[in-house]
Amino acid sequence: MELKTLKKEGKATPTRLKITGAEAVMHCLLAEGVDTIYGYPGGAIMPIYDELYKFRDKLHHVLTRHEQGATHAAQGYARVSGRVGVAMATSGPGATNLVTGLADAQIDSTPMVCITGQVPRHLLGSDAFQETDIVGISTPVTKWNYQITHAEEIPEIIAKAFFIARSGRPGPVLIDITKNAQFEEMDFSYDKCTGIRSYKPVPKADDFCLGEAAKAINQAKKPLIVWGQGIILGHAENELKALVEKAGIPAAWTILGASALPSEHPLNVGMVGMHGNYGPNVLTNECDVLIALGMRFDDRVTGNLDTYAKQAKVLHFEIDPAEIDKNVKADVAVLGDVKESLERLLPMIDKNEHKEWLGAFHEKYEEEFKQVIKNDLHPEKTGLTMGEVIEEINKASGQEAVIVSDVGQHQMIACRYAKFKASKSNITSGGLGTMGFALPAAIGAKMGAPDRDVVAVIGDGGYQMTIQELGTIFQTGVPVKIVVLNNNFLGMVRQWQQLFFDKRYASTELTNPDFVTIAKGYHIEARRVSERGDLKAAVEDMMASKEAFFLEVCVEKEDNVFPMVPSGASVSDIRLS
Amino acid sequence: MEEKQNFTISVYTENKLGLLNRISGIFLKRHISISSLNVSGSEIEGVMRFVIVVHTTETWVKRIVGQIEKQIEVIRAYYHTDEETIFQETALFKIASSLLFEERQIQNIIKESHAEIVTVSPEFFVLSKSGRRDEIEALYDRFKPYGIMQFVRSGRISVTKGQMPVTTILKEFQH
Repeated sequence: MELKTLKKEGKATPTRLKITGAEAVMHCLLAEGVDTIYGYPGGAIMPIYDELYKFRDKLHHVLTRHEQGATHAAQGYARVSGRVGVAMATSGPGATNLVTGLADAQIDSTPMVCITGQVPRHLLGSDAFQETDIVGISTPVTKWNYQITHAEEIPEIIAKAFFIARSGRPGPVLIDITKNAQFEEMDFSYDKCTGIRSYKPVPKADDFCLGEAAKAINQAKKPLIVWGQGIILGHAENELKALVEKAGIPAAWTILGASALPSEHPLNVGMVGMHGNYGPNVLTNECDVLIALGMRFDDRVTGNLDTYAKQAKVLHFEIDPAEIDKNVKADVAVLGDVKESLERLLPMIDKNEHKEWLGAFHEKYEEEFKQVIKNDLHPEKTGLTMGEVIEEINKASGQEAVIVSDVGQHQMIACRYAKFKASKSNITSGGLGTMGFALPAAIGAKMGAPDRDVVAVIGDGGYQMTIQELGTIFQTGVPVKIVVLNNNFLGMVRQWQQLFFDKRYASTELTNPDFVTIAKGYHIEARRVSERGDLKAAVEDMMASKEAFFLEVCVEKEDNVFPMVPSGASVSDIRLS
Repeated sequence: MEEKQNFTISVYTENKLGLLNRISGIFLKRHISISSLNVSGSEIEGVMRFVIVVHTTETWVKRIVGQIEKQIEVIRAYYHTDEETIFQETALFKIASSLLFEERQIQNIIKESHAEIVTVSPEFFVLSKSGRRDEIEALYDRFKPYGIMQFVRSGRISVTKGQMPVTTILKEFQH
């Protein structure tokens, strides 16, 4: 029954309005525009799954092979589409398996609503079968959570959940629903949430601060923009581009900001942070005005805070007041929605260019190219590098693919070398660094952006953390492309062991299974490449395939990722080797 | 090094199950211990007021207040130094009634302390003393040699000398 007819009929015959809590959940999800749910059934959420069965033509439920996979898939879906991702699980272990995904979504500001079943209200606190205090457990890793124990609460709470997840700085919300509340009947009506009196999601940017920011930008001789995911979450890609071009400011990005400005834009000077580009890292400590847009000065971005951009006037455009002065003291803080702030800022900005200053970035790039990039992308040695694989993907995809990376060396290489034309193209676990993220996230990403090619780039370690999601790919037929860069090592940890622990490779070498056979076991077309000569054709075949495709590339075992800002060092002490 | 001192954090919130857990978790995550915590109603109907005392630096208290304010049901949070607030704690002393007759000093201590006698029974009497921590501790030290059957002290409650315009914030929302 459609929500509208339900309401209409309800007026005439109020008794027909009575529906179960579980059915109410369906109507709430539809009212919020949900079309896809990732989840895993179990005892305490069975009434809701029973309704999902009845609503299967309107709500596409994707059965993942583990609840963690459901959360990452929901994240992937949310990150490419800009919509709220939805995951479901039963009580107890089902619920606790969501925790990693919740923590990941919390630190990376991903809008997600998780719904868990819970034991009936009368059994709460009795240590009933599959009872766990998921509200208590998830509190530190959710933007908001709530336990529903009566069916009547369902519409209001789910409306709030979606509003909170997507508004302001987005984040994950968990709603725990006791089984009795799913069975109980209730009078249903739905009003979307438009505000909560104790919650102010978007502060209004202050005119004076905007004026001060404009003045600083106009007077700057060596300005540098560092933008983060806030640009993407705030739909401010055009405003960023307009500012960069009007004021002629070199612009660098954090890992989660990647793709908001096309990779080949002449003022895009690359990635900041631990394995970012040489120029933007070194020149962070030479710029006179640092314009931070929708980013939070993560420690992987700043290195040692005592020596980070001390010479610069820092302008911080940010939606979350708690981020102001948290890590880096702002000289001018512009609190608010970054799109609106930039729209108001732009008319105050003088047209300008900074040729000599931009030249400094080009010089640093040349240095980095000679010492690092050339060897990564055009190696002269026999062994395959991760970089040349990414380069082949760039060529075969026309820089149009969504790249979903996992965590570790391959992630840094993918983020450094993948080229993007469109925003929302780089999906990765930034803040939490969750190995196992990419395979399920790629499933969600492909469903959230069905017209785009989605390529998961994963290391052999992280791949095996959620490898069971191959089953989800097989069952749904979702055509994701999976590239495993296999060096038989937990490469990033091994690199640190080599550099900082005297090459004591404690528990980092992996004896791997035959990945191709495993993929074939799930009836996924699979290929292995270990010679340079075979790489191009294999990548092209993968990109041309209309079905899911698995490509294993055996890469050099002990390659390192450079440049590198060693932990605790200054960004300008970044090492090229 | 930035100096540590006492800060009183005042938090106005909606009355929501689990919010105490959410707020205390902010301290736990940062390995900062709470010296005192009091939750009660406030001057606004239906709005709760947390009074939390921490001994830390201003940098950290600012960060903590920022994180507290981010919580959905938190209307507003403030922090103040001791100089900016009027504050006190209340303690209850349970003492054997026999001491009233056996130890002449006890009556003098009670008189001088400005403590209130809450109840008297043949076995024990209960004194209530409100004031600053040092006043309560001084009284404790005076009773201690004679024996205290039970002692308990409340968390700090405080009001600020300056304004905390929470009513205005709530009114703004309605417009």
